[in-house]
Amino acid sequence: MAKEKRHVISMLVEDQPGVLARIAGMFSRRGFNIDTITVGKTTKKGISKMVFTVIGDDAILEQVEKQVNKLIDTVKVMEMPPETSVIKELCLVKVAIPNKKAKEDILRYTKIYKTKIVDITQKSVTAELIGEPAKIDAFIELMKQFGIKEISRTGVTAVSRG
Amino acid sequence: MNGAQAIIETLLKQGTDVTFGFPGGAVIPLFDAYLDYKGKIKNILVRHEQGAAHAAEGYARASEKAGVCIATSGPGATNLVTGIMDAYMDSVPIIAFGGQVPTNLIGNDAFQESDMMGITLPITKHNFQVRSPNQMAPVIMKAFKIALEGRPGPVYIDLPKDTQAGEVTEQIPKEVTIAGFQPTLTPNPIQIKRAAEAIINAQRPLFLIGHGVIIGNASKELEELVALTQIPVTTTFMGKGAFNELHPLSLGTVGMHGRKVANYATLQTDLLIAIGCRFSDRITGNLKTYAENAKVIHADIDPAEIGKNVRVDIPIVGDSKEIIKELTAAIKKMAVKEKSEWTKKIKHYKKYCDECVPTPKTKRIHPKFVMQTLNKLLKPDDIVVTGVGQHQMFAGHFIKRSKPRTFISSGGAGTMGFGFPASIGAKVAKPNVNVFLIDGDGSFQMTIQELGTVKENNIKVIPIIMNNSYLGMVRQWLELFSDKRYSEVYLGKTPNFVKVAEAYGLKGIKVEKQSELEPALKQAIKNDCTTIIDVQVEEESNILPMLLPGGHLKDAFGGCMAAPGKFFGDD
Repeated sequence: MAKEKRHVISMLVEDQPGVLARIAGMFSRRGFNIDTITVGKTTKKGISKMVFTVIGDDAILEQVEKQVNKLIDTVKVMEMPPETSVIKELCLVKVAIPNKKAKEDILRYTKIYKTKIVDITQKSVTAELIGEPAKIDAFIELMKQFGIKEISRTGVTAVSRG
Repeated sequence: MNGAQAIIETLLKQGTDVTFGFPGGAVIPLFDAYLDYKGKIKNILVRHEQGAAHAAEGYARASEKAGVCIATSGPGATNLVTGIMDAYMDSVPIIAFGGQVPTNLIGNDAFQESDMMGITLPITKHNFQVRSPNQMAPVIMKAFKIALEGRPGPVYIDLPKDTQAGEVTEQIPKEVTIAGFQPTLTPNPIQIKRAAEAIINAQRPLFLIGHGVIIGNASKELEELVALTQIPVTTTFMGKGAFNELHPLSLGTVGMHGRKVANYATLQTDLLIAIGCRFSDRITGNLKTYAENAKVIHADIDPAEIGKNVRVDIPIVGDSKEIIKELTAAIKKMAVKEKSEWTKKIKHYKKYCDECVPTPKTKRIHPKFVMQTLNKLLKPDDIVVTGVGQHQMFAGHFIKRSKPRTFISSGGAGTMGFGFPASIGAKVAKPNVNVFLIDGDGSFQMTIQELGTVKENNIKVIPIIMNNSYLGMVRQWLELFSDKRYSEVYLGKTPNFVKVAEAYGLKGIKVEKQSELEPALKQAIKNDCTTIIDVQVEEESNILPMLLPGGHLKDAFGGCMAAPGKFFGDD
């Protein structure tokens, strides 16, 4: 059995109505397991960039790339290997403050993780964290002891290095 | 010029002079424009929109052109869906136009509004919604390009009523480009060289030829390559006609109801050279054991097909015609090695297989007899269209075709009701040949209303109804795999097809004895209108051999096989 892993794929698409539906529909129709998907404008008019992560072995990855490429609105598709790409995700975590001691711990941890505090009340603190998905996973794990009230992740986006 | 006139102007520029359609509120402006272009373009008024879609398919499959069908919004457009899906499964270029409520009402659940963009999204190569009259011509031009180039397929175009009626204010462009659509046509020379070497060095090579060779008009090139290499040829069901089935090296169709010599060769080959096919489950059976002794060369224009189902040793992406030409050129440069032992063995089995066609003794006419009789009357350019079911598999197995685009059937989708309207489209595309429809009583009744279409438009086709009063293929499965627990498969003795034909002002002949069949067919060929031949075939005959779904090719059974695994007497 080939090894399953997470692949980051970046694509340029024509900015037409329904383009996201075409891509999402193809994924669900063919049973591909898509983890995250992000869309944004590029500097070229009428062209958007999408980055998505798919979990699967090499054969699945190959089919995903080929099927995405077949869509008429797709202009370019490429895999973003972690060794040669900058891969980042933004995450907002709202953590409960059960007591004073906890508050000090939370603030210390957020500093270590180089997060930005974007909101704070007597009952909760919201941290903004930008980084690779694994780092975000680790921070969330750490915050669980205090009680996570809400969480929002953007999904990864990526550019190639150099 | 309004949007509707722009549609017709653009269709004419694309070489379309006939469409298949049915009117309704949302396409009144479009059909109004037909009155302005009398003598230049004709719409064939069907009786149901599904008929329009299948007729467009039949037209496209028989010619090399895209077929065009038209329906109104809402239920009109949803009635096209089965035909669009069918075209998608079999890579058939059709342009399907659906009316739509005016742009200002879209999304309001207006009368006869349906989200056809959403509905057709997973069953089209692409779809468009025209948002202004100025977009009309460029969108249609893009649609034809997408439908016809690369791996063909259906394109749906949504036509809001105001975009048909509104004025076109911009010049129609001469050409359109689509940034994300550049199919690979020229094969990679390195892969061609590897494939040529593999072919030279193989001991028991075998061709598997699919629909892609028909679509790519590569039959002549294939014939040359076979003449050069003397490699035996099997085809998929959809590839029928891509290679002359009367050729001594033709083994016929592979797969679930394929010829046993073709399946046997697949088991024995050490190099499977697959061109323009997609290794459907009906061809391969169990993927783990399929061609397990063989290296696989897979050539296709759609890179996503390569490696999708079957592991591939040498992939080639490109147009079938170019691939075959390049392969021939590459092999010519090398010394062709004799493979006479393999060829001799295969020819011996082919002979055995050809001769082993006893028609079982039955009270009523056996379907095999109908096929054999028709084979005698078919001219090379005549077209055979089929419905879906047992009769279709009998046709696939026994009917011999020598030219591409002369065998038309719903392969991937298996759409009952496809046959009759598709035969209409085929006849419109090729008015000078006889078009025979081999259909079942079940299939034929699904689109029987198109009898009105053939009468009113003087279209002559020859429907041969293999009437067994059953939904035969399901009945066969129930007999073989469900202990004869027949549930919902008996249709009964109705209708009287001869009287139905007569009610439409057409002719019908009922055939009850073997001796009546040939004269009836000859009469139908002579008649100047559509003549239904109602052949009373054996009620419970089975199409054999048969391979279990997902089974091992060696476990195919029936026909001339003594037992599963016993392909030939001397194995």
